Amino acid sequence: MRWIAFTKRTAKEIILDPLTIAFGIGMPVAVLLLLSAINSGIPAGHGPDNFKIDQLTPGINVFAMSFLTLMGGLLLSKDRGSSLLQRLFTTPLTAVDYIIGYVLPLLPIALLQSVVCYAFALILGLEFTVNILWAILLSLLPALLFTALGLLLGTILNEKQVGGICGALITNLTAWTSGAWFSVDLVGGAFKTVCQILPFYHAVEMLKAVLHGDFQGVFAEGHLWIVLAYTVVICVLSVILFTSKMREK
Amino acid sequence: MTEIKLKSLTKRYKDLTAVDGLSLEIEKGELFGLLGVNGAGKTTTIKMLSTLTVPTSGDAEIAGYSILGDKQKIRERIAISPQETAVAEALTVRENLKMMAGIYSMDKQTAEKRIAELRDALGLRNVMDKRVKKLSGGYKRRVSIAMALINSPSVLFLDEPTLGLDVIARSELWDAIKAIKGELTIILTTHYLEEAEEMCDRLAVMKDGRLVAVGTKEEIKKAAGEDDLEAAFVKLVKEVRA
Repeated sequence: MRWIAFTKRTAKEIILDPLTIAFGIGMPVAVLLLLSAINSGIPAGHGPDNFKIDQLTPGINVFAMSFLTLMGGLLLSKDRGSSLLQRLFTTPLTAVDYIIGYVLPLLPIALLQSVVCYAFALILGLEFTVNILWAILLSLLPALLFTALGLLLGTILNEKQVGGICGALITNLTAWTSGAWFSVDLVGGAFKTVCQILPFYHAVEMLKAVLHGDFQGVFAEGHLWIVLAYTVVICVLSVILFTSKMREK
Repeated sequence: MTEIKLKSLTKRYKDLTAVDGLSLEIEKGELFGLLGVNGAGKTTTIKMLSTLTVPTSGDAEIAGYSILGDKQKIRERIAISPQETAVAEALTVRENLKMMAGIYSMDKQTAEKRIAELRDALGLRNVMDKRVKKLSGGYKRRVSIAMALINSPSVLFLDEPTLGLDVIARSELWDAIKAIKGELTIILTTHYLEEAEEMCDRLAVMKDGRLVAVGTKEEIKKAAGEDDLEAAFVKLVKEVRA
């Protein structure tokens, strides 16, 4: 159970960083409140559907998860830069122990993000149904995707690069291509094709479907399968790259 | 009894040969110093011995286990305190030590006993519950060494342990290293000749990845025909350069 010791340490590092919690949980709540306030000022029937709370919440939930990539990536790249990993590479810890140690502590954060996101949505008028619980549960899949992406980027990039790529590129890519802020159909064309190739749009759509009790809709356009495929590929790639970095060291 | 045996150990990076056919034997319980200027190959040698880097050719044995084939066995027996302070800065000293104890699968009772031993041996009693990032450089190095010693390794690699420390912190760290001397085999790399002279049982002088001289400090001085170690070191390194 060597991974437990490493996982505990990673969890402490995450919890002790207030910026992580502020960005990971505070910012999505602020965005949710802001967009809901904008929506409430638009006369009924004139505003975009995306700003309705039942449409907005899954999108904001997925957007919030993009910060998991930043948290995981920063933690790993910081460890690589500090030579702590060099020390740990000479211990009996295996690649699997490291992967668990970096991924596992971020999943409760993801769960907390979803719970807080839906709790605020309820305050803002979202109708309570058991489907909210299913949506929170299913949100763990994109959470794993974003966490693995953080591990992948943290393995190949340094701390500064991770800050730039995860903090700007991934969060923006998620925001623009997920349909969280506007319907991708409004733009259409090549943009919609790109959105459909990337996993973020599918993650939002599958969560919307579950939230509305449309369980068949999870599979429409291959939403679940596309998110699952990306998650598996990125997880495998992360493990391979991390293992090769271990050998390289 | 031989604890570490290097057999034509070589490491090449593209055009650069960092370590070139190093052969050496180090006795159990020895404090062995690797001396050399920057780029001499000291850190690369340590990285190969601690299984962090795979040699291009040659091999080395630690307690009879090969660094090529028995990595996991070796990792259970060695520890390294790298050049940079390798600690989890956001955690307290106690949490860092507990983490290392967990990584070596120590039970709670054994871990607590060992942590208490290291706390006293390395003078960490007053800082056990302080976050490492708030400690001075000297304390951080001591924590780093304590973390390395948690599993009572039979071999400890200390890579430039006093680099960047002030005179007092260096002297305190020397005392800490002397306190554990003899309990295990220690390989120490250093730039500081007074450090090597003060602490090491035997020394090896490296230059451009090759071994220039090996022996006690007296033997090194005699080989160079000099009365002090610094002059002997300079002469040996310059002779090879010439």
